[in-house]
Amino acid sequence: MTKQLWKGNEAVAEAAIRAGCEAYFGYPITPQTELLEYMSWRMPQVGRVFLQAESEVGAINMVYGAACAGRRVMSSSSSPGVSLMMEGLSYIAASDVPAVLVNVMRGGPGLGNIHPAQSDYFQAVKFGGHGDYHPIVLAPASVQEAIELTALSFDLAEKYRHVVIEVLDGSIGQMMEPAEMPEMQPVRLERPAWALTGATERPKNVISSIRIDSEGLEAHNLHLQDKLAHIRGCEVRYKEYWLDDADLVLVAYGTAGRIALSAIRQARAEGLRVGLLRPVTLYPFPTERLARLAKQAQAFLVVEMSAGQMLEDVRLAVEGRAPVRFYGRMGGAVPMPDEIFEVVRGLCYALRPPKPSGNGHHPARRPQPEDPGPQGAD
Amino acid sequence: MNKQTEIIVSGFGGQGALFAGQLLAYAGMDEGKHVTWIPSYGPEIRGGTAHCITIISDEEIGSPFVRRPAAAIVLNQPSLEKYGPLVRPGGVLIIGGAFGEEHVSRSDIREIRVPAQEIANALGNTRLANVVCLGALLAATKVLPLEALERALANHLPERHRHLLPANKEALRRGAIFVPDQELAA
Repeated sequence: MTKQLWKGNEAVAEAAIRAGCEAYFGYPITPQTELLEYMSWRMPQVGRVFLQAESEVGAINMVYGAACAGRRVMSSSSSPGVSLMMEGLSYIAASDVPAVLVNVMRGGPGLGNIHPAQSDYFQAVKFGGHGDYHPIVLAPASVQEAIELTALSFDLAEKYRHVVIEVLDGSIGQMMEPAEMPEMQPVRLERPAWALTGATERPKNVISSIRIDSEGLEAHNLHLQDKLAHIRGCEVRYKEYWLDDADLVLVAYGTAGRIALSAIRQARAEGLRVGLLRPVTLYPFPTERLARLAKQAQAFLVVEMSAGQMLEDVRLAVEGRAPVRFYGRMGGAVPMPDEIFEVVRGLCYALRPPKPSGNGHHPARRPQPEDPGPQGAD
Repeated sequence: MNKQTEIIVSGFGGQGALFAGQLLAYAGMDEGKHVTWIPSYGPEIRGGTAHCITIISDEEIGSPFVRRPAAAIVLNQPSLEKYGPLVRPGGVLIIGGAFGEEHVSRSDIREIRVPAQEIANALGNTRLANVVCLGALLAATKVLPLEALERALANHLPERHRHLLPANKEALRRGAIFVPDQELAA
């Protein structure tokens, strides 16, 4: 199949349909609305369910219901709308039913604005709903990857009977890139044994998030924790760029990851030893890979479109073995490659001061490091 | 040619800036290049500007955003004021009309003022000005062959505008021949 130019939001919608999504419930909000709009004509066209709910609270509870019936189901929204869904997602997670939610993140807090942001990391990864659990969180950096991770979202949700959140930022939702769509998968007809399908000729199934006695609820929590431990062991995904000889390792996901890649190319052209680790799963997080890198690299730089949220997970992984610095923009502002490059260059020269004369590539362009350099973990 | 060319197209809503940028992306994709297209989106005001960034590259594209593009097409005065100063030294600025007469030309880029509106009117459709400018951009930057844009028009012009394909191709060609050959001019 040849590549076509796809808008991120529409590509995710079509990818979900091709992955056999049977029902979509949602409520419009920029910069996610094209996803819902695409579903509104395309789902009926293929004989499936599209329903615009009265609110995000309604939408997520419809997802809960359809998930209990063993259907492939999803919703999508953007930051303020996702906040409204937190209660429902907690119930879904407690009930061990599979559901997929796409968050096309925008600037916050509050109503914020509609520009791209990554400030919902904590909400997604640490989870904004109540109780002890984490969703699986996937973070594409391109339209093609968004297509692939959408299909993966449904598979992981069903494999683990768990909540999967795919986080895009507004720019991936809005941008167009050439991408290849997978073939249409048939809708799965058989229902899982646990699903509520009308108990005729079998014992009844019960799906609930309430467990009155503390022993029972603790046992259920232990089950959820076992599931998460298994997920952490099996489902970590990330991409690496130029890490073999990197003194400085950038860690960035999604759009920040690809902007960091541009800055790193510029740095490599100047002979600076810089690499990138781009987490694709934010939960489970590539903790072990970062811990190994901490033995090799001299410093880390985390780049996010937030005040520094993934930064905490990087520091937990590095465990103080190397300094971890941060560069970020907030409120819908996007860091430009040259901004990141300047930070990278400053850190690299602090790690390896350029030789005073002669054999450097561009001695005139090399500033002396004014910064004392990364000496502690801040 | 550079490995990567970033182009900003900007104008009033309705002037076809976003579509012009998309055409570049389609043409680049059909030529086997890596491309990205990202629009300005937001609470725009009537009479305000809309712009997009198209990147055409020989390698996987990192940032879809750029501070200083290699080229820009500006279709109105606010766009000229905003993006004219941002074009990278050595880059190309296509000024698609007679606005901004007081604009001080930059000597470190190639500025080409195209009477896009007049050319479009002569072709019988005032809305072809964006495509005229695309022709000029291709002639000045050589980022893609003119034929690639013609094929993109043929493949991706919306159905309701399909009858305008010959006029679009002519607009592209007139924009291109308007640009003097740099070597001869120099």
